[in-house]
Amino acid sequence: MASPLDQFIIKPIATFGQIGDSPIALTNSGLHMIGIVGFIVGAMLMSTRQAALVPDRWQAVAETLYEFVANMLRDATGKDGMRFFPLVFSLFLFVLVANLLGMVPGAFTVTSHIIVTFALAALVIGTVVIYGFVKHGFRFLGLFVPSGVPVWLLPFITVIEIISFLSRPISLSLRLFANMLAGHIALKVFAGFIVSLLAAAGAASILAPLPLLMTIAMVAFEIFVAGLQAYVFTVLTCIYLNDALHPGH
Amino acid sequence: MDPVTLAASADAYKFLGAGLACIGMGLAAIGVGNIFGNYLSGALRNPSAADGQFARAFIGAALAEGLGIFCLVVALVLLFG
Repeated sequence: MASPLDQFIIKPIATFGQIGDSPIALTNSGLHMIGIVGFIVGAMLMSTRQAALVPDRWQAVAETLYEFVANMLRDATGKDGMRFFPLVFSLFLFVLVANLLGMVPGAFTVTSHIIVTFALAALVIGTVVIYGFVKHGFRFLGLFVPSGVPVWLLPFITVIEIISFLSRPISLSLRLFANMLAGHIALKVFAGFIVSLLAAAGAASILAPLPLLMTIAMVAFEIFVAGLQAYVFTVLTCIYLNDALHPGH
Repeated sequence: MDPVTLAASADAYKFLGAGLACIGMGLAAIGVGNIFGNYLSGALRNPSAADGQFARAFIGAALAEGLGIFCLVVALVLLFG
């Protein structure tokens, strides 16, 4: 029986050449990412092509998503944060569609690879650092020195703030990656129980529907987690962007 | 592998470490349960203020859960790394 980790193997589909030892290839991961971006762009263009004052169903879906993310960003960063809306909306849709596509049986889960989620998190933190320094110059470093703290406590607080800032890209990427990884492994392990119970034949195979029911319940839970993690990723992105916009404590 | 050779090998300590890391995941579960429990009890006392604090409850849960996930990663690195 295949190991529960087999679903995360990256397979090259077409190879175009080589740089050193690494092949330049279109992999199943890359193909899924192209599909995700194509789906998002296509769905958004189609649903807003014939925009009407009274929206039809598809336009209503697109508008609901837009309003959802716009409200999230406005609540966290205020009005001037809306210049980051394209970045936040793209991140939200990419993570959401990637997570949901992973729940399609046989499909590859792009966000279950830490290099993908780390690239997204590095993009967010890179934006925060670069925008913070461009907009506020060295006042951006005031982020690490909270006001209203006793002087003798200030060095410790500053060190803690710096560590917490540096761990942000790691925790942001690990959270999404580990949730997807753990959820999909658990699904495959429970699905494996069905096969092993049936293969055991005799009295034990009567019990095979039990892990099947559990797997169905877990699929529902994983779809919920897919949406939730996309939401959490986006909310934290908004909060980190708020630090770049208003670095004072 | 028979128990005696397993106990003498480095693998035994890896498995012990992975098991110990799982305690941290349980503690993170207590933290997440605490957040949602308190959020619910607050929401039931004052339902009109519940929607405004919904996002904060999830941010707190995400941060608490992240620490549990660090434990999971430690366990996975010990087992497969």
